[in-house]
Amino acid sequence: MNGLPNEPAIAARDLCKAYSGVDAVRGVSFDVAPGEVVGFLGPNGAGKTTTVRMISCFLPPTSGSATVYGVDVRSRPRDVKRMLGICPQEDNLDPDFDVLKNLLAYGRYFGIPGREIRARAERLLDFVQLGDRKKSAVQELSGGMKRRLVLARALLNEPRVLILDEPTTGLDPQARHAIWTRLRGLRATGVTVLLTTHYMEEAAQLCDRVIVVDHGRVLMDGSPASLVEREVGHTVVEAWNYEPTFAAFLGSLPGRLEEVGDRLYFYPAAGDHVERLLDERFPGQERLIRRATLEDVFLKLTGRALRD
Amino acid sequence: MRSTLRNLSFRALRVWQRDADVYFTTWKTEFLPPLLEPILYVLAFGLGLGQLIHHVVYNGHALGYLEFMAPGIVAVAIMFWSFFESTFASYVRMYYQKTFDAILATPLLVEDVILGELLWATSKAMIAATIMLGVLGALGLVAWPTGLWVVPIAFFGGLLFSAIGLLFTSMVKTISQFNVPMFTIIMPMFTFGGTFFPIDILPRWALAVAWCLPLTHVAFLTRSAILGDASPHLWVSAVYVVAASLALAAVALARMKRRLVP
Ligand SMILES: Nc1ncnc2c1ncn2[C@@H]1O[C@H](COP(=O)(O)OP(=O)(O)O)[C@@H](O)[C@H]1O
Ligand SMILES: [Mg+2]
Repeated sequence: MNGLPNEPAIAARDLCKAYSGVDAVRGVSFDVAPGEVVGFLGPNGAGKTTTVRMISCFLPPTSGSATVYGVDVRSRPRDVKRMLGICPQEDNLDPDFDVLKNLLAYGRYFGIPGREIRARAERLLDFVQLGDRKKSAVQELSGGMKRRLVLARALLNEPRVLILDEPTTGLDPQARHAIWTRLRGLRATGVTVLLTTHYMEEAAQLCDRVIVVDHGRVLMDGSPASLVEREVGHTVVEAWNYEPTFAAFLGSLPGRLEEVGDRLYFYPAAGDHVERLLDERFPGQERLIRRATLEDVFLKLTGRALRD
Repeated sequence: MRSTLRNLSFRALRVWQRDADVYFTTWKTEFLPPLLEPILYVLAFGLGLGQLIHHVVYNGHALGYLEFMAPGIVAVAIMFWSFFESTFASYVRMYYQKTFDAILATPLLVEDVILGELLWATSKAMIAATIMLGVLGALGLVAWPTGLWVVPIAFFGGLLFSAIGLLFTSMVKTISQFNVPMFTIIMPMFTFGGTFFPIDILPRWALAVAWCLPLTHVAFLTRSAILGDASPHLWVSAVYVVAASLALAAVALARMKRRLVP
């Protein structure tokens, strides 16, 4: 059960899922190494949830396979789920129980002895700063508190792999940063993390590696910095209130030009001298020159068309 | 189907335990209906209807109306409690509360969850039937010790109606659709299932229909137990209830699994 040395924590091979009429996931393959924190990025409907639900044994793959530390998700789901801590996209805390009881009942499903569950629950509630809300009803918790409780619940069985599906979607910045702080704290413990998100900052803050998916396929896989470097380079020029001559000039430079509504985006192939060049030729032009980010990569790869 | 049965495990009891925990945290209010229901029926039928109908002929001899009817309401309680639990209550847990989803993130499998729900709905029928048996006993309406047979009858009867309920839970698109089985299956059994009048007074065709209804057999069993009055073809009803409960439980399990695993 401990697997071989160098065995991936998660190995997905050509995973496919077809719902009636919809090809949600169309051949997704990737590995996650033990201790690695990997972000699964994609717009709404890209197939992130479907993929992680296949890995966590909720959904049988239509074809392909997945293993967790070498254990096949199809043939040994109980053993796989024992190793996983799952934070689902939709909160599914038990509204019939208070905060503490949510953890105590959950621990029983893993067959953890009562006294041990209690000790872990107390410790985890302190960890997610809910130590003083043990007797609160779930309905009384804010969105951020619920999310933290879900995280505590996912950690109850001391998982080797954490699977977090959009852990901070819908939270305010304070609540989001509170979750990030806890997740960074967990990194130090060596737990493997696969998290889905469409917040680029979240991926950049937390992940060693990101996998960009769309329309059920993997588009790109690499470290955040290397993806930015490879896909958009160093710098981005954003301009507004510009004349056609300005757009034409940028278009003549090596790089990629994009016009979105009344805004111009230019991704120069070599960024160093663009600023000087623009200062000389178009001194009054309203513009912003900034570092390229993962968000630029994301928009380049998945397009700007609205989803949903 | 075979893998479904193979995946069943003692872990289903964890699901049962979860539902039981919720129930027993509010046991004071939960115990009230099965305590009061028989008293209400006995008052209404004893003081009211019983004045009009002095006795009925049952199993070849005359019987006071209250004595005849009391075991019937135990059968009805077995049906209602298990059916409600496995339809409305299970649906709320499955669809609105996402309770099943949360449990499926643990080593439990879908089969454990479904079996746990079946067993819990069955348990609710057993709890209600046992409380009612106690109340009827206190009112002097139960023959002992045969009355204790009500407990195993409530198990198989409860499993039978839980399975019917869960079968509908596997099919409905909205919670209001439970009105369909409620009024086409449960209410006809309630009124024609041998609870309020002896079915032998029905015309032949209606009698044949009545003997097909599960509640008729469950009521026949509870009545035989509570009156301490075994008729020679009692075993037919016993076999019917046990066989139907096990068969329907297997079907409900398979159908629910199809709903829960897309
Ligand atoms: N149960 C389902 N039945 C049918 N289609 C589904 C179901 N779940 C998801 N889909 C479809 O599959 C695609 C991928 O969905 P999902 O994995 O939830 O994407 P993401 O998590 O990246 O937003 C979407 O087009 C979605 O509409
Ligand atoms: Mg999703």
